[in-house]
Amino acid sequence: MSAGTSKIAVRVADVIKVNDLVTRFRFVRRDGREMPTFSGGAHTVVEMKDGDRTRLNPYSLMSDPADRSAYSISVRRDDVGRGGSLFMHQKVKPGDEMVISYPVNLFSLDLRASKHLMLAGGIGITPFLAQIKQLGHAGGNFELHYSVRTAALGSYVDELTAAHPDRVHVYYDDRKQAIDLARLLDGQPLGTHIYVCGPKGMIDWVHKTARAHGWPESAVHSEEFLAPQSGKPFSVELARSAKTITVGEHESLLEAIEAAGVEAPYLCRGGACGQCETDVLAHEGTFIHNDHWLTEDQRKGCKKIMPCVSRFDGRRLVLDR
Amino acid sequence: MTIQFNDETFTGDYTFRNSPRAIRRFPFPFHEDSYMYAVNLEPHLPGPKGSAFEHRFDVDEHYLSEMKDRARVLADDPLRCQSLPHMDLAGWDTLELIMTSKAEDYPDLFELHRDGDRWRWINRPMGIDDTFTFLDKTTLPYGPLEYITRQTQGDYAILDQRENDLWMDAGMVTTQADWSLDFDIGMSFMQWHAPVPLAHQLGVFDRALKFLLNLQQGAPVRRLNWTMTVNPNLDTSPENYHKWGPEKTTLTPENVGQKQHLRVELQTLWRLPRSNAMLFPIRGYLIRLEDIVTVPKWGRRLHRVLRDLPVELATYKGFIRNRPMIVEYLSQFDDGAPTSPGCFPD
Amino acid sequence: MTRFTFPPSIASRPVWGTLLPRKGTAFLMIADAEGAEALIDLAKAAPDLMAAADVVYLPKGTGTRFSDALRAAGPGTLYIGPSFDAAEPRIKRMLADARMGLQIFLTGTEGLMGRAMALALAAGTPVDAIQTEHRGSVARRMQCVHCKGFTEDVMTDPFVCAHCGLNLFVRDHYSRRFGAYQGVCVDAEDPGVIPPQKELYS
Repeated sequence: MSAGTSKIAVRVADVIKVNDLVTRFRFVRRDGREMPTFSGGAHTVVEMKDGDRTRLNPYSLMSDPADRSAYSISVRRDDVGRGGSLFMHQKVKPGDEMVISYPVNLFSLDLRASKHLMLAGGIGITPFLAQIKQLGHAGGNFELHYSVRTAALGSYVDELTAAHPDRVHVYYDDRKQAIDLARLLDGQPLGTHIYVCGPKGMIDWVHKTARAHGWPESAVHSEEFLAPQSGKPFSVELARSAKTITVGEHESLLEAIEAAGVEAPYLCRGGACGQCETDVLAHEGTFIHNDHWLTEDQRKGCKKIMPCVSRFDGRRLVLDR
Repeated sequence: MTIQFNDETFTGDYTFRNSPRAIRRFPFPFHEDSYMYAVNLEPHLPGPKGSAFEHRFDVDEHYLSEMKDRARVLADDPLRCQSLPHMDLAGWDTLELIMTSKAEDYPDLFELHRDGDRWRWINRPMGIDDTFTFLDKTTLPYGPLEYITRQTQGDYAILDQRENDLWMDAGMVTTQADWSLDFDIGMSFMQWHAPVPLAHQLGVFDRALKFLLNLQQGAPVRRLNWTMTVNPNLDTSPENYHKWGPEKTTLTPENVGQKQHLRVELQTLWRLPRSNAMLFPIRGYLIRLEDIVTVPKWGRRLHRVLRDLPVELATYKGFIRNRPMIVEYLSQFDDGAPTSPGCFPD
Repeated sequence: MTRFTFPPSIASRPVWGTLLPRKGTAFLMIADAEGAEALIDLAKAAPDLMAAADVVYLPKGTGTRFSDALRAAGPGTLYIGPSFDAAEPRIKRMLADARMGLQIFLTGTEGLMGRAMALALAAGTPVDAIQTEHRGSVARRMQCVHCKGFTEDVMTDPFVCAHCGLNLFVRDHYSRRFGAYQGVCVDAEDPGVIPPQKELYS
């Protein structure tokens, strides 16, 4: 039993350069029908067919959730990553046919909130773009604090400040501006929820500072997709399918399992949702756990691995797949 | 397809009946000769033509009478339909899902015409033709959840997803197997399932919750649940327990075949797109024991299941006091022959 | 004896904790009867926290047995009231003004903690900003599932609903929205057959 992941066959309608690092892609359905509606904060998993390799990367949907004509994502170029963003930037052209997943939301608004306090760093702005549009329709109370490196790299700053001049606050690193979090946390009405999306350091800082100001964990939400890390190749035995595979340097364990034609469940491919959790039947070596899912005890127990982001270093690894 | 709608009651004189066609399509829940809890979820894909699983929201011969019964229960107790303030958007999701599904699946009965946010909804069996503005509840006579579920068979719970849990924060509940929406609204998944015996220890709820948290848009799932009810009473609520409870003492060996009903719930679960909440329709079907045994496989199997059910479950499902009489009645229809696997008649 | 170990129960039944000092920007403490002792213990562990706290205390038949000691523990403000009903508008007003960073401490009977928590949650307080500690009577606040009326300080099972008069049995099923356990007609299937009353936990 595994939750299904329905797919949508799309055509790339537009590829628009936002700035030196970020490019926006607009997808429409190939069958001419409407896109499913979604909730702000949702992502889609984009399948990239790059020669004989298939990568699946999650990207936050940034378009208006009520707009059923198309979905938009923004991709930040990562020159040292595993190549997914480079593929999107260099190879994907208008008119290309691609496959994306139905929307999945692991960063949804708490609709009970008296106020939504959003903190974005860099490309972490994308889920908020959709959430702000959703709240705009419902007259929701929000405030966005958005930190960017420079004005030139401030994706969507102009449209946000034009649409919501009183609610959007932008901070420029190169002008030595920074979010004054301690002041922000002070005096927010009861029922305020904080959402943070950005680099890991920013997320940790927000959680830590909020805790120190007496904000409980349930009121602080974050989304950090972990890109799968590159690493030393390793080989894995898949017991149920009686196959032995090798996970390449720039390949994730999940991708290697899929490339061998073995079906494995997944949703986020970023170590957050828990769907790909896999039982370890035997091992001689060390796990390199990179996920947010397994507990400390589970890691110590060496009986589980999240193949979307985690790796292994050792002589032998046998999985129940 | 034209459905001949019954004119029948679920209270007082209890004129509810299943036609031969309704008996044949009854969603019999036991796929083997014994029963224990399991996370028996499967994709909610279209089932065999004519079955209760053919369409996303089944409409059958009891539709109009069930809607009349719902209106009666709500007039008596408006707390049976409630929605916490943050669940409005999920209510609209529900209205949209049901209207679009029914208009596609039963074009002869329902029509939906959308012009942007201006929607026109035609429900032919109930004689409704309303035009309203989507997402503007001042244009409907009730909130979106109440509006559409006064026109749709089955109970509805809407579960908000937060903090890695599901919270029952809205619902329309008038045909329940002895639980109270008014009491349970706002509860987490484990809290509202707290009174269920045995299943917690089996880990059933842990596994079910983990699965449901990852339920995908466009990939609904279903399961069957069941209980036993004396008389075809849809509203076996705790609120009215002191009114229907005494009916359990009216069973005799002579009338048990007519009065004792198997109640089956076709439960489906849907990720709602706009709110990221989950819709949990619980569609109840009732059938007399004497109608069940017209399908020999069902008669044999129900006898074995009820005879061997653990005491805790027979107590929780509310028929422990009448079990000997029910089992005695059913034993006449069990010749000990083996039964074929699966739920459908041979 | 002011502490009681509740037997294990079903998943909806609250598990009360022990009040511990916590970081925050404001502190609201609500207690009844023997709950004062838990606040006094907390003040010993964290006098600064008590000095910054707003305390609502309902002696509930204990007279001045604990109130002088509570005053001596040095709360920022102290309100002593005759009943929860009397204090409720004040508590709502305090919550309406509250800001994130507020820490809430509830202690005393289950009825007091249940009602105060329901008010705090309805005002938007995150559940993990609320701590509880049971002290004193093990009486329960019960809701009649039939007439919806609440009966306070129920000590026996079954009991008679203070509103509709039905004989109700005491369930462990608990609603945080109501701050109450569920009471269900005990003689529904056999009208008039009422089992003998038992003291709770006896």
